[in-house]
Amino acid sequence: MRIVTFTRSTPDTAAKVEVGGDGAVTWGGAATVVNPWDEYSLEEAIQQAGKAGGKSAAIAVGAPMHDDALKHALAMGLDEAYRIDDAALDATDSLSYATAAAAAVTKLGDAKLVIFGKESVDVGTDSHIVQTARKLGWTMLSYVSKIVSVDYAAGTLKVERLVEGGKQVVSASLPAVISVMKDINEPRYPSFMGIRKAAKASIPVWSLADLGVSGLRAKAKTTRFANLPARTVEVEMLTGDPEDVAAKLVDRLLAEKVL
Amino acid sequence: MSTVLVWIETHDGNARPTSWEALGAANALASTLGASVTALVLGKNAPAIAQDALTRGAAKALASDDASFETYRLEPYAALLSALVKEHAPLAVVAVASSAGRELLAASAADTDSAMLSDAIELGAVAGNVTVVRPVYAGKILSDAVAEGTAFVTVRARAFQPAAPVGGTGEVLTVAPVLAEASIAAKLESFEVEVGTVNLGDAAIIVSGGRGIANNPKDAPAGTDKPDVWKAKDGFETVLKPLADVLGGAVGASRAAVDAGYIDYAHQVGQTGKTVAPDLYIATAISGAIQHQAGMRNSKVIVAINKDGDAPIFKLARYGIVGDIYKIVPALTAELKKRLGK
Repeated sequence: MRIVTFTRSTPDTAAKVEVGGDGAVTWGGAATVVNPWDEYSLEEAIQQAGKAGGKSAAIAVGAPMHDDALKHALAMGLDEAYRIDDAALDATDSLSYATAAAAAVTKLGDAKLVIFGKESVDVGTDSHIVQTARKLGWTMLSYVSKIVSVDYAAGTLKVERLVEGGKQVVSASLPAVISVMKDINEPRYPSFMGIRKAAKASIPVWSLADLGVSGLRAKAKTTRFANLPARTVEVEMLTGDPEDVAAKLVDRLLAEKVL
Repeated sequence: MSTVLVWIETHDGNARPTSWEALGAANALASTLGASVTALVLGKNAPAIAQDALTRGAAKALASDDASFETYRLEPYAALLSALVKEHAPLAVVAVASSAGRELLAASAADTDSAMLSDAIELGAVAGNVTVVRPVYAGKILSDAVAEGTAFVTVRARAFQPAAPVGGTGEVLTVAPVLAEASIAAKLESFEVEVGTVNLGDAAIIVSGGRGIANNPKDAPAGTDKPDVWKAKDGFETVLKPLADVLGGAVGASRAAVDAGYIDYAHQVGQTGKTVAPDLYIATAISGAIQHQAGMRNSKVIVAINKDGDAPIFKLARYGIVGDIYKIVPALTAELKKRLGK
């Protein structure tokens, strides 16, 4: 049995991301890292596969740059890595991504649980996660902060979810797709041996034809990237003793009508 | 007449306040498209909330207070929404980008093979096709996107004006659930409410603390295992919380504070936490790393209080105070109590 997780390479979290004169997104010479939310899903996949006595597999959808994230996954200790890449696939369209992702899970054949990090910071969404579950026809449990219990034989799963205003405990049936939050675990660092092994690994690349997907066409298209409008605010520094600055600040906040 | 369908999210028999922003966005989009708005309201008290939606500009409302809709769950909600979309073929389906809204619309877009555009901060149409502007790369840049056919759009909280009551009228139709309770696998076993906190995403005012909150002049009780954690927790509880309370706001935190164990992750603002856009954001003892900025830079007015005058947070702030938060914040709380008459 396999526990499957999806990951991708995104610009280093501290990198300055900009749109260049040619309209392309750049982040200077900064390196890519594993999508920050995926540290937790990769760790959870290793742990869940370990507990179930199964294998863990990481899959990335997109260009060769995502091999870096897959190598990080292998270095952390995931057993397998695959990448889906096809000129006809627009992975910024969440439904195209989900269609390919669901087909890859089906191709692996023996997955019971698919784990995603909460969202992808580059595309800025989690739509593709829910849509992967719907394309598979599986249970979707988002924002999971803890897996309370999982029983593959009985086909049941119980999790804690972090939603607005509190924590839910939900029970549901397997197979399932879950998205995990930051406090689900403490991600491990890749070991030296893991990094060496990952460096030598060759990652199979699947085309849409390999997955049996045809006629994929994006319904949502990104047409342009743009830099943020500059924040035109000029900072006003308030000085004096604490009572003075407090009074000055309250004067200004009342004038701004934000209180 | 063609229609824009809007999901009014409910919680405990009330509309989530940000749902009226979704209705406001839907009203504007419908007028651009020459369409009318249909509101979908599910859960306890749905018929009354549906009436409220009509007074706020919806031409029609669909409602069900069936027990299977009492607490939001993806399966029954998506089954019904997808069936309604197939039946009515709306030009767009709009909801607020809450955790439930994001999940529900994405699922139904997949069920109906439709375009999904999440977290819109602007909404429009070109030649009858719905267009959005949405933040990408952790809010560091924006992207324009266009939908073909029915567009499922979630709108970011506090990016659109809420629909105000305008005395509109219309009819409320009762809709029946698609899934019977017996065929819904997901069961809610318990819900632990986080008491006394305001939802960060909905908050109009947020008071946030960073790692420097551990510089509490109070001494931790003798024998405390991690004195810095004790000091920081005490600071959040006895210094920042009272300021948030007098403002009717929520308490936020930087990643550094959360990672150090000073406060629960639910309070984290930034790239791996919540993205917020309140009217007022008060950053105390937060240096303003780019990851934090990504989560709060769209706040209307930013106030920074930090002992380091060179901290990057001052570049975003409208008002800056260099000093010790343990001296300034209590003075600010006292001044606000006096001026706001609390």
